[in-house]
Amino acid sequence: MKLKKGIPVIDQGNNLGFWGGKFGGNFVPETLKKPIEDLEILFNKLKKDKKFIAERDRHFKNWIGTPTRFIKLENLTKYVGGAQIWSKVVSDANGGAHKIYNATVHCLLAKRSGKKIICGDTGAGYAGKMLSMAAKKFGLKCKIFMGAKDIERQQPNVRAMKKNGAEVIPVYSGSQTLVDAVSECMRFWVANCDTTAMCVGSTVGPAVFVRICGWSTSQISRELKFQLINEFGSIPKKLKLYNCVGGGSSSFGFWNEFMDYDKKQCEFIGVEAGGPKKSKRHAAPLTYGSKIGILHGAAQYVNQNSDGQIEETESISAGLDYPGISPLHCFLKDTKRARYTAASDEDALNAYKLVTKYEKLRPSLEPSHAFSVAIKEAKKMSKNTIVVVNSCGDAYKDKKILEKRLGKKYV
Amino acid sequence: MFNPIDLAFKKAKEENRPALLTYTVAGDNTKKQSLVILNAISKHADILELGVPHNTPVADGSQIQTSSYRAIKNGIKTEDVFWIVKKYKKNKNSKPIILMGYYNMIFQYGKKKFLEKCKKVGVNGLIVVDFPWPENKSFLKECKRKSIYLIQLLSPTTSNERLKKIIKNSHPMNYFISMLSTTGGKLKVSPKKIMLNYFKIKKINPKKNVVIGFGITEKSIKSLNKADGLVVGSAICKEITNSIQKRQNPVTNVANLVKKLKYKIL
Ligand SMILES: Cc1ncc(COP(=O)(O)O)c(C=O)c1O
Repeated sequence: MKLKKGIPVIDQGNNLGFWGGKFGGNFVPETLKKPIEDLEILFNKLKKDKKFIAERDRHFKNWIGTPTRFIKLENLTKYVGGAQIWSKVVSDANGGAHKIYNATVHCLLAKRSGKKIICGDTGAGYAGKMLSMAAKKFGLKCKIFMGAKDIERQQPNVRAMKKNGAEVIPVYSGSQTLVDAVSECMRFWVANCDTTAMCVGSTVGPAVFVRICGWSTSQISRELKFQLINEFGSIPKKLKLYNCVGGGSSSFGFWNEFMDYDKKQCEFIGVEAGGPKKSKRHAAPLTYGSKIGILHGAAQYVNQNSDGQIEETESISAGLDYPGISPLHCFLKDTKRARYTAASDEDALNAYKLVTKYEKLRPSLEPSHAFSVAIKEAKKMSKNTIVVVNSCGDAYKDKKILEKRLGKKYV
Repeated sequence: MFNPIDLAFKKAKEENRPALLTYTVAGDNTKKQSLVILNAISKHADILELGVPHNTPVADGSQIQTSSYRAIKNGIKTEDVFWIVKKYKKNKNSKPIILMGYYNMIFQYGKKKFLEKCKKVGVNGLIVVDFPWPENKSFLKECKRKSIYLIQLLSPTTSNERLKKIIKNSHPMNYFISMLSTTGGKLKVSPKKIMLNYFKIKKINPKKNVVIGFGITEKSIKSLNKADGLVVGSAICKEITNSIQKRQNPVTNVANLVKKLKYKIL
């Protein structure tokens, strides 16, 4: 298995949509073959269309707000006493997280295809919130599927979706989290694909959804590359990019533009959710060696039992609480371009405490996972190493959990 | 290749009616009980589809989901599904069996091993909901080598060109999905429209048997009786759920329902 240089990773799949010959693909009901093919044709055409790209960039700039900040965490760096710790504050983006890029592009595509309704899944509620924002902006009706457990624990985002006029449909099956929301959303699309477009909230799902999402979030690394050169004159000799990994959309977007650099220069570190310290359950299929299986239309490493039933996950962060992982990350893992590890619930909470103690930054529980590993590893690194953590979400949505776990003073 | 599925269609045609296909979930509501149900409906149904329950079924509506989750909760494993088929096939009035499920279950068992086991216990056909053409091309050949039909699904969204390709490469039986829906949806298209689509498909190769499924109930079954075969699934799963809720015997209730369904198409 080999990563090619000079070709975007999203375009390195084979004719059936498999990366490395085995990750991804289109394991979908027959009914979805046609709408997926239509979307593929549309996307392949538009991503080469200068006018479409200009339209995308205009919305990214004027509506989402680019670039998001790239800042040095001076106090945290001093406290840790190793590498320089920086952050790309993607939570600056309109709506408060990276999910806005994918949502915007999907709505633009839906408009072009003449669809009037768009449906989407959400875990932490950001993908749903952003889709509701974009749908409102572009005049589409919006339906969001969300696990009942996540509705309960991510109320601020649920309120935002409703305020934007989206219908939020609770999903009560299975673990009542993201995995069930994606399944239910796909079912809805099966039954309504003639009138409705679907947005998958991360770099997961049938191949075209993986590609669209990765293409959209790559805005993050386009900005970062520019900002790094601005700051240091060139891409630093030792650069480490830390990102939490749920489905893998923020991390992929954070890394994409640096793909062709040698990993000795630009190392990618993906941090999965290890779950509670005391629990056997986790949402870290790459770290803990889960087997390849099929979930939501794609072959990927996924938590499952020996029969092939998808296993329930557990994580304090709803956004990372997913048993599978993007085929793109399976590919980056097996080609050894990226390294993956996990942080526990407790690790993430401690990292949140540290970051908020030393900096004016409030990363949500998802990026707190990445901060945890970055802080631990930065200690042992030289001062000329540049560590960058993607702070891809704001903690406002986690208020309830933080209050319960850490007490009022941290909220 | 010889396959008793052909005989089942032949017999129904001789009686001037569509074949009746039932769908129940293996292990619903227990391993033994689902076997008893198969035996009880054998008298009325022509072909039995047996669901291999999966906990992430992206094409199933609430009734079949409920049955599947119930079976999984009761501990059903792929190995048990084979046990049920093996026992069922000892019944001398047994009918052809089609296993229906999701690809991950086969993938984890091992494709080759799965087919060998199917052959051994007497499975006659397979429907793999999320393993469409052309992804299933090589699997289609492997099934053929074992004289097991891999039944292709055809949908109202399937383009003409694609229909032709799929049917050309298909085994003697295919499955037309009546409408855009997961299983168990209300019939939102008129039977007339469904039959129109159906005959368009039949015309491509009249020799291949095509059954219709999704949304068929006691009410609608008669209006579709010009098809080669009709599948009833969710209505049966719902009957099991209702029986359990009312503390009635699901076996007799399901057998009665299937009998009534058969009566409607005679
Ligand atoms: C703030 C935040 N970060 C990360 C994630 C994880 O998703 P992904 O790995 O696709 O970025 C989510 C998902 O909801 C999220 O809301």
